[in-house]
Amino acid sequence: MSEIKHTEIHEEHAEHDTMTRKKIWNVFFVLLGITAIEFFIALYLVPKNIVPIHVANPIYIVLTLAKAFYIVAYFMHLKFEKIGMVYSILVPTLFIIGLILVLTNESHHWVDLR
Amino acid sequence: MSTTAVTSPIDEVKTTPWAGGRSPFSVEYGKMMMWFFLLSDAFTFSSLLIAYGALRFSATAWPAADHIFQSVPLTSIEHGAPLVFVGIMTFILIMSSVTMVLGVEAGHRGARKEVAWWMIATVIGGFMFLGCQALEWSHLFHEGFGWGKMPKEIGEFFPDGTKPSAVYTQQFANLFFTITGFHGFHVFTGVIINIIILVNVLLGTYDRRGTYGMVEKVGLYWHFVDLVWVFVFTFFYLV
Repeated sequence: MSEIKHTEIHEEHAEHDTMTRKKIWNVFFVLLGITAIEFFIALYLVPKNIVPIHVANPIYIVLTLAKAFYIVAYFMHLKFEKIGMVYSILVPTLFIIGLILVLTNESHHWVDLR
Repeated sequence: MSTTAVTSPIDEVKTTPWAGGRSPFSVEYGKMMMWFFLLSDAFTFSSLLIAYGALRFSATAWPAADHIFQSVPLTSIEHGAPLVFVGIMTFILIMSSVTMVLGVEAGHRGARKEVAWWMIATVIGGFMFLGCQALEWSHLFHEGFGWGKMPKEIGEFFPDGTKPSAVYTQQFANLFFTITGFHGFHVFTGVIINIIILVNVLLGTYDRRGTYGMVEKVGLYWHFVDLVWVFVFTFFYLV
């Protein structure tokens, strides 16, 4: 019970705590910065063999997910919605992880068929 | 959400979001449906991208992005500038996402002129992105790529030390045009919808309605297009 009350109070606060112009530009610079880091890895660190490609790939994916978080949470405003709304959008995306697991597993068998 | 009037635990239950009497989501119908549409669209895009991933995982060699995307259209640079043009495209799309969210913010204040200017900027950004994509596609077409088509000489597209393969080059071309084409189609429809909203803003439709909620809903769609590009960019150009 106390947990529910706590989230409610938090949400009430969050509703007023919406995007201001300053925050929008902050998120823009975060997105720009992450993209710049990705280009730095792709155009400098990997060609010079400072970072091997099998290390760079997971870094790209983590940075991509970070960018996705900033777009969905701040630009699409999902962070400031009610918790029920947030979950009804985010929980179904777990199906995507399911498909990733199934098809990457399947692709290992396709290698033998090539 | 004051709990001072609560006298018994039973009363307290009635104040929870799911106790009934009000929407637990507290978003309007259209916005919620836009979110669920975007969720289904996210499934479509992830199916395409995961299929691409599975084919690429099972391949023995794959064309390297920084060998294929070397040119900057509209300049004399044909080689030696890997990923520069896609960097410009990514910047344009992020920028247009920012102008969109600034438009939504102006809509909350009911500032009609500001909303109109930010919507115009967003539409221009969308057209710039589409123009860049058209240039990149036509460049690849001239190189010989296409659905079911590829250049005769494919050795230069593969990383050093791997065996060039016609099958995988063709798979790459088909997947590239299908996925970036599907994304480009979303950008195109997004621009059309943005123009419709812009016209309505200029006509004062949302002032009469008393809410700029429609700007927020198309904003969600536009940000989603940007979100998809973030993934397409990573998996086609970086990984």
